[in-house]
Amino acid sequence: MSRRLSWSISLMLLPAVAFFVVFALGPMIAAVYISLLDWNGISTPHWVGFGNWAKAFTDSVTLHSIFLTVQVMVLSWIVQTPISLLLGVFLAGRQRYRALLGVFYFLPLLFSAVAIGLIWASSMLSANGALNSFLKAIGASSLTNDWLGNPNIALYAVIAVIAWQFIPFHTLLYQAGTRQIPQVLYEAARIDGAGTLQQFFYITLPQLKYTVVTSTILILTGSLTYFDVIYVMTGGGPGYATRTLPLQMYITAFQDAQIGYGSAIAVILAVVGVLLSLIMIRLTGFGRMESQAEGL
Amino acid sequence: MKRLTRRDFLAAGGVVSVATLAAGCSFGTGQQKAAGSGGSKSATIWDISTGDQQKLIKDTVAHFDSTHKDISVSVQFFQNDPYKNKLRTAMGAGNPPDIFFGWGGGILKSYVDAGKVYPLPPNSVDTKKFFSSVMRPVTFNGKVYGVPMLGTQPVLFYYNKEIFGKYNLKPPKTWSELLSIVKTLSQKGVTPITLAGQNKWPDLMYEEYLVNRVGGPKPFQNVLDKKPKAWSDPAFIKANTMIQQLVSMKAFPSNFASLNYDTGQSTQLLYTGKAAMQLMGAWDYQAILSNAPQFIKSGKLGWFPFPKVEGGKGNPQNVAGNLTNYYSVTQASKAKKAATTFLDKGIMNDFEINGLIKIGLVPPVKGIQSKLKQQKDSDWLLFVYDLAQNAPYYDLSWDQALPAQAAQALLTNLDLLFLKKITPQQFSKNMNKAMGL
Repeated sequence: MSRRLSWSISLMLLPAVAFFVVFALGPMIAAVYISLLDWNGISTPHWVGFGNWAKAFTDSVTLHSIFLTVQVMVLSWIVQTPISLLLGVFLAGRQRYRALLGVFYFLPLLFSAVAIGLIWASSMLSANGALNSFLKAIGASSLTNDWLGNPNIALYAVIAVIAWQFIPFHTLLYQAGTRQIPQVLYEAARIDGAGTLQQFFYITLPQLKYTVVTSTILILTGSLTYFDVIYVMTGGGPGYATRTLPLQMYITAFQDAQIGYGSAIAVILAVVGVLLSLIMIRLTGFGRMESQAEGL
Repeated sequence: MKRLTRRDFLAAGGVVSVATLAAGCSFGTGQQKAAGSGGSKSATIWDISTGDQQKLIKDTVAHFDSTHKDISVSVQFFQNDPYKNKLRTAMGAGNPPDIFFGWGGGILKSYVDAGKVYPLPPNSVDTKKFFSSVMRPVTFNGKVYGVPMLGTQPVLFYYNKEIFGKYNLKPPKTWSELLSIVKTLSQKGVTPITLAGQNKWPDLMYEEYLVNRVGGPKPFQNVLDKKPKAWSDPAFIKANTMIQQLVSMKAFPSNFASLNYDTGQSTQLLYTGKAAMQLMGAWDYQAILSNAPQFIKSGKLGWFPFPKVEGGKGNPQNVAGNLTNYYSVTQASKAKKAATTFLDKGIMNDFEINGLIKIGLVPPVKGIQSKLKQQKDSDWLLFVYDLAQNAPYYDLSWDQALPAQAAQALLTNLDLLFLKKITPQQFSKNMNKAMGL
């Protein structure tokens, strides 16, 4: 097959490329340029060179938000991966009751992030919300808490809600991945006398390797950009307790009206996101798209 | 043939895009009488009023239109937070409306400094009818950049008379009386004061009042004037120590940090009898009136001014709050004359003043006591009117007086102060640093 693009292919690529340039590349370049300015959005911008960049790496609020973002990433992965893996494998079975349960598991996927944030903040995690009422009902009043108002807990509450929101999506990935695994592998294993656990660890898990990679990349890069749920639930507070990097970017650019500094944070976010994906792909061989079905 | 101008096109685009974003708002009451042909005679307003106020603004504009055949004014409504971004973008891009809604103070100043706001020619608008205090946030270097267009909203204490009666308490005149009420109530298991800590700006009300009562207007004026280490003034340290003492006494609900004002959570505690008091702006009266009218009708709602602080330098009659809202004319407007005429004749005329009073708002206009007296809730209206009129100093809410970045830093640091994550000394240090003082 010829590696050269024929004119007709180029022509058909044109709309997609044009969209990419106008809506992705263009704004990125503009953001890099704006990050070199001191600008409040209305007055004449001043050139400050790398002043905003220097500030991003010394400002204690931004550094703290980077630390929070890393926490969100790591904890999200630790919480979401095992749960969605197990749920996905469970739901891959063809039994009727599993399909029925699946309908409920996937429900959060259909809700808008703002609705999720509002519901959790106002009726689940509030002082008289469902969680505290439940704890009181089972006699564990000492465990009740102001989940989103306590600066030591708010971040974990937010991570839990994000997990609730995204586990269904990753479950779906694992369900599809598990269903792709050829049944012959399990038949052969059963003939050799492998039990359910052994089948899981020696067949299912290795065969799901690339699903794990995909899901991990999505969780890690997703954590970098989680914004809506956090913004709706806490607005980054109390204090700075849940002000992750995307919130810091938004608040800096649009509430503090420091568009240049906000742009610098945005560029950092974009670069880290791209780097993270590249590293993950390189480390796992995902980019080579090796077939797992080979040798069957 | 009438051709659409670029401006009309952009305006239409803006309306459509915002319409999809902010469902539930309505747009464009104005009949575009002379669109395209007589551009300089038609002015567009951007506003964020909702509910009764929005209806009043629409009526006021329609009333002006019907009495001024040569000028056509139309108004578009937006939601609060999207509006701030949209206005900033439109100002930067050079396609703002002719008249825009604002709060005066720091944000308006930043637009003025960028040359985006039209200074109203002397005597083109009669500003003498307003309280002189409300003209301060729109007057820079002796030039006037805005005209009051809504009620004045001082901050005051609301209280539940039933709870006060039950424990034999009287509205406090001094800070120590307030503290003893707090002590009594928390011993009885009643939350003394509800506080919407999640919004942060309700925290600011305590800061504004206490600093003013302790040290007068000077300490914060020094901040506005960017004096070195202005936040280290002893008045700030003293006020913040008093705030943390209040927190330690459990004056606020244990979950105050996640209580939200906009969803009505904090005010609800007051009218359901779970909390005894709330420090809030005059707008809370409307909120209670629409959510729990029975509470007001049965006479359970009481109010008192922020108590004086013993030994403080500030005049105890000083108040803080939202002086009012303003309409300003943009420098980019092609209808400056029509817009100025509207600001002079179209708003705060008898038509709007009567309308405001009818919906429970108090226009900051001199000599309207007799009108207020005729209303059903005249005791409330007159209380607010006298509070605002008799104040030797009317402190504009600091988050509006300060530039955006400093205002955000202030709100976040107050949040930390109320949570006792930082000491008053650290608060002063953080604020000096955030503002480069």
